[in-house]
Amino acid sequence: MEAIAFEHLRVDTSEDVVRVRQEVRKRATEIGFGLVDQTKIVTAASELARNMLDYGGGGNVAFHVVQNGARRGLRLAFIDEGPGIADIEHALQDGVTTGGGLGLGLGGARRLSNEFEIVSAPGRGTKIVITRWK
Amino acid sequence: MDRIPILKLGHALLITIQVEMHDRVALALEDDLTARIVSTKAKGVMIDISALEIVDSFIGRMLDNIAAVSRMLDADTVVVGMRPAVAITLVELGLSLTGVKTALNVERGMALIQQRLHMAEAPHGGDRV
Repeated sequence: MEAIAFEHLRVDTSEDVVRVRQEVRKRATEIGFGLVDQTKIVTAASELARNMLDYGGGGNVAFHVVQNGARRGLRLAFIDEGPGIADIEHALQDGVTTGGGLGLGLGGARRLSNEFEIVSAPGRGTKIVITRWK
Repeated sequence: MDRIPILKLGHALLITIQVEMHDRVALALEDDLTARIVSTKAKGVMIDISALEIVDSFIGRMLDNIAAVSRMLDADTVVVGMRPAVAITLVELGLSLTGVKTALNVERGMALIQQRLHMAEAPHGGDRV
């Protein structure tokens, strides 16, 4: 499988979350995602970008186009240097939040993606990689 | 700063969300809307989201908040115009907007609010202030 990285966006404000959404929409359209797939990946990206902002003190989003045979997909990596997550399984449960949110971000983003990977430890930041295939 | 206009339509207020929502816009909307509910004595609030390409949990929470606050001020909230792809995504996200009524479009949303008005009126023989 081949992955081409093509850009990074910094997320430090709520306006940056909007920019991430617009960029994901643009890339998903270019790859040829249908409307529902576009909406799912943009929504997942919005949740994760906002999580980085609310809990990770901001972070970076890296965009990749991935190719597996004839299949193309969009892979997004959300990387922050925040406090990290001690109990990842717990954080993935719906309704669990340490902030004022609904606690749907992580679990919701996982359901909206075809692949979901999370690496985190207390004091080590959080890296979440999601992929949606066309 | 972007502010979202609030239009009065009979006994209802109509809000059409066309800008990208972020924190400050959402907070300003809650402030403006609650003030307008009080000043107009509106019985219903319609939020038209047909221009929104996505609804994430942030916007979902905002819609829930608006509905809860409006309810305390005796106004019903109806979210109208949700795109099909948004509905599919919201359900998968796990956000079912339980505190909010939905209608397909503004016309049906208005009918829902009218219906509630008539129901409220009936026992008192139209003695509404």
